[in-house]
Amino acid sequence: MPSRVHPLAWWFWALGLATAASRTTNPLLLALLIAVAGYVVATHRTDAPWARSYTAFVKLGLAVLLIRLAFAVVLGSPIPGTHTLLTLPEVPLPDWARGIRLGGRVTAEGFLFALYDGLRLAALLICVGAANALANPARLLKSLPGALYEAGVAVVVAMTFAPHLVADVRRLRAARRLRGRPDRGVRGLLHVGLPVLEGALERSVALAAAMDSRGYGRTAEVPAPVRRTTAALTLGGLLGVCAGTYGVLTAAGSTYGLPVLLAGVAAALTGLRLGGRRSPRTRYRPEVWGVRAWLVAGSGMAVAVLLILSAAYDPAALHPTVVPLTAPALPLWPAAAILLGLLPTFVVPAPGPLFEEPS
Amino acid sequence: MIRFEDVSVTYDGAAEPAVRGVDFEVPEGELVLLVGPSGVGKSTVLGAVSGLVPHFTGGTLRGRVTVAGRDTRTHKPRELADVVGTVGQDPLSHFVTDTVEDELAYGMESLGIAPDVMRRRVEETLDLLGLAGLRDRPIATLSGGQQQRVAIGSVLTPHPRALVLDEPTSALDPAAAEEVLAVLQRLVHDLGTTVLMAEHRLERVVQYADRVALLPAPGAPPVLGTPAEMMAVSPVYPPVVDLGRLAGWSPLPLTVRDARRRSGPLRETLAAHTPSHQGPAPKGRGEPRAQPHPTRTPRRTDAPELSPAPTPSLLRRLVRRTRPVPDAPSLSAHPAVVDALSIEHGRVRALHHLTLTVTPGETIALMGRNGAGKSTLLSALVGLLEPAAGSVRVGGAVPHRTAPADLVRRVGLVPQEPRDLLYADTVAAECAAADRDAGAGPGTCRALVSGLLPGIADDTHPRDLSEGQRLTLALAVVLTARPPLVLLDEPTRGLDYAAKSRLVATLRTLAADGHAIVLATHDVELAAELADRVVILADGEIVADGPTHEVVVGSPSFAPQVTKILAPQKWLTTTQVRRALRRAAP
Repeated sequence: MPSRVHPLAWWFWALGLATAASRTTNPLLLALLIAVAGYVVATHRTDAPWARSYTAFVKLGLAVLLIRLAFAVVLGSPIPGTHTLLTLPEVPLPDWARGIRLGGRVTAEGFLFALYDGLRLAALLICVGAANALANPARLLKSLPGALYEAGVAVVVAMTFAPHLVADVRRLRAARRLRGRPDRGVRGLLHVGLPVLEGALERSVALAAAMDSRGYGRTAEVPAPVRRTTAALTLGGLLGVCAGTYGVLTAAGSTYGLPVLLAGVAAALTGLRLGGRRSPRTRYRPEVWGVRAWLVAGSGMAVAVLLILSAAYDPAALHPTVVPLTAPALPLWPAAAILLGLLPTFVVPAPGPLFEEPS
Repeated sequence: MIRFEDVSVTYDGAAEPAVRGVDFEVPEGELVLLVGPSGVGKSTVLGAVSGLVPHFTGGTLRGRVTVAGRDTRTHKPRELADVVGTVGQDPLSHFVTDTVEDELAYGMESLGIAPDVMRRRVEETLDLLGLAGLRDRPIATLSGGQQQRVAIGSVLTPHPRALVLDEPTSALDPAAAEEVLAVLQRLVHDLGTTVLMAEHRLERVVQYADRVALLPAPGAPPVLGTPAEMMAVSPVYPPVVDLGRLAGWSPLPLTVRDARRRSGPLRETLAAHTPSHQGPAPKGRGEPRAQPHPTRTPRRTDAPELSPAPTPSLLRRLVRRTRPVPDAPSLSAHPAVVDALSIEHGRVRALHHLTLTVTPGETIALMGRNGAGKSTLLSALVGLLEPAAGSVRVGGAVPHRTAPADLVRRVGLVPQEPRDLLYADTVAAECAAADRDAGAGPGTCRALVSGLLPGIADDTHPRDLSEGQRLTLALAVVLTARPPLVLLDEPTRGLDYAAKSRLVATLRTLAADGHAIVLATHDVELAAELADRVVILADGEIVADGPTHEVVVGSPSFAPQVTKILAPQKWLTTTQVRRALRRAAP
């Protein structure tokens, strides 16, 4: 599959865009960022179930924006403003709630400030959603170090189990209707709890049997000295980490703290690595960090760095003022920097249709 | 390759061994089929090969099972993973990862096979099983047949020397089953893989077997022989064998082709007769109908004395609707009228402009491949789905707007998994709850259960019942409310021939008493045996609708074996042939 890029690369790219989004409140720049992320997702996501989560993130972003605006309208805004949009009836609050306002004047300035702020949060969420849609979470977990392999399997199994559970609940609630009992309401839901759990348990047992008969948990013979060294290194390493952390945190141990901590970490890591020898498993098509991955990750990071730099160089362009009210202008260089985030569309070929061969 | 030496298995808490005296060998490169009625321990025998019995299930295994020289007593399932591949009935419970390619590689990763070898084997297996186009697909989006092929592929990649399959085609429609069997055929003939397989649907698999191991009864030792020899004595047999036995052919034919070659004389004898197409119980139904036919008056011309079904008279008395409940829908109306119905699942159109009228006392078989809309139609009839367009009326009511308590008196559905309907801990409690739900007199459901399933103790847990018994219990629960329309979704999944024929007898009695029955099924033999009318769905539309003998005869995938053997004469079941022969030579 030529279009496969290391999943971590997509995450770097998306986090780069998110970092850039956190540096600005300029609505034009934020809209541009959202558009860039959306365009790459639209061209590069597959039809796989995890890719559908993007829509959920977009909806979540919208909800955050709306909530932010609602708060600004109802609770007022600390931003002083002169342009009154509308005046809500103000609820008189007792003395102890001084400083909190319910209702009252809604100014254009306050509203706009809330809009910019909400837009920034929404952009952050959409960037994370883009990473989710573009990188298969299961593949991401697979690129974890071998010692964490078991955790990865657990997560993948859980991810495939959740849809089954939902389907079970639906099926059993439907079955209640077939018995002539009401199928809606909380009681109906409670009633199917036990059968659903029973079903989930049975499925887990079946899966465990299948995994066992497919060789899960096979161990290789490891010579005794290696086993002992592993134990010693892991235990010693953990002790070192504890002692080192203590040293770093207390004033007295500032001299020995850091070296001991580092030595502990190194020993523990070596222990984990040696421990991996007990498991004979190999990896099928490990993800390769190639030129494309560098370009994808690099483009995201470049956007982040350039926006941080321009925020330092020309903060006014990135944070348009709301008092006095001005129309936000599109600063040329930061906008150009954001367009760098489109690089993946050129370097990564779009995935073919997933359902090319119906049979 | 696989060797059983006087094996018996006793599960914890069981008084009797589940299997005993198992002593046979599966030589390298053979396909051995394990047959027998439900509950004789087929799965136990299969589990013993992969070591899951007793390492995973518990219990005591006496004797010795060796696979490629490895003793399963000393080797755990995971240490046998490189010599035995095991696939169960439900492929979904077998998958560990989420895409096809990863699933194929999973077993090899666990065994620590070198990456370049893994890569090569995955490619080879994708080609071998015809999965190359699906390699990146999430497994959840595959069809049943594709999933079963992926499951087989996932155990093939470590290159096991033996393959153990527990009912690989039971849950599949005929076309998907063909896919899977073609793959198995190829593995055995091209690669010399040893296969040990259990399957209820003998009509699909018996011709592929080199030998058959027959477990005749619970606790009885297995008998081994050629398929033809074993089929002559087996208590379970496909229709082609039934016909062969009836006609006295020897050796018994196992395929439609063999049977057809020998059927010349039989066809001549039968040429003088016409099949009694009114179904096994002549009811004057089954003439072609135009759709829709709102003016059609329901007929109640049942002649119970002609019904050959062994009718428990108690059941008949109980089910017959002698005393109509005042607010119950009257029998004179059509039990169900579906008019121009469209249903959408999200953006997918599951049913499109579908029109169907069900008349009292008729049995309709809904057929079609997986996903054709059979279950959707049944769900719409019980109000689980709301129509996007068109209308559904069940006993005059709109199902999705009717309160469940009222609806159960108009229509009852036995779902694909009958266990979903059962909540209680004991049969007695289940029956009491059913009486309350349906507003029936106390004891109604229990009497139905006793009629349908004699000898079930009150305190049995529904989970401990066999597949067929559970189905019957669910059916009794549904019948407690005396609905004029009974729907069944895939009722024969997991049933052996005996349980199936009991079900057929039960349903015939219900039909004779005026209940309309609609079954969604893949089982062409069941449809031929039971249905007056067959409706074939494809992509949510009706593509064929008419009397069974007219619809199924012309179709290669929906024609029962007897029809294929005796074509162009229109016989559907061995029962019809038997009756005709009896009439011919009294």
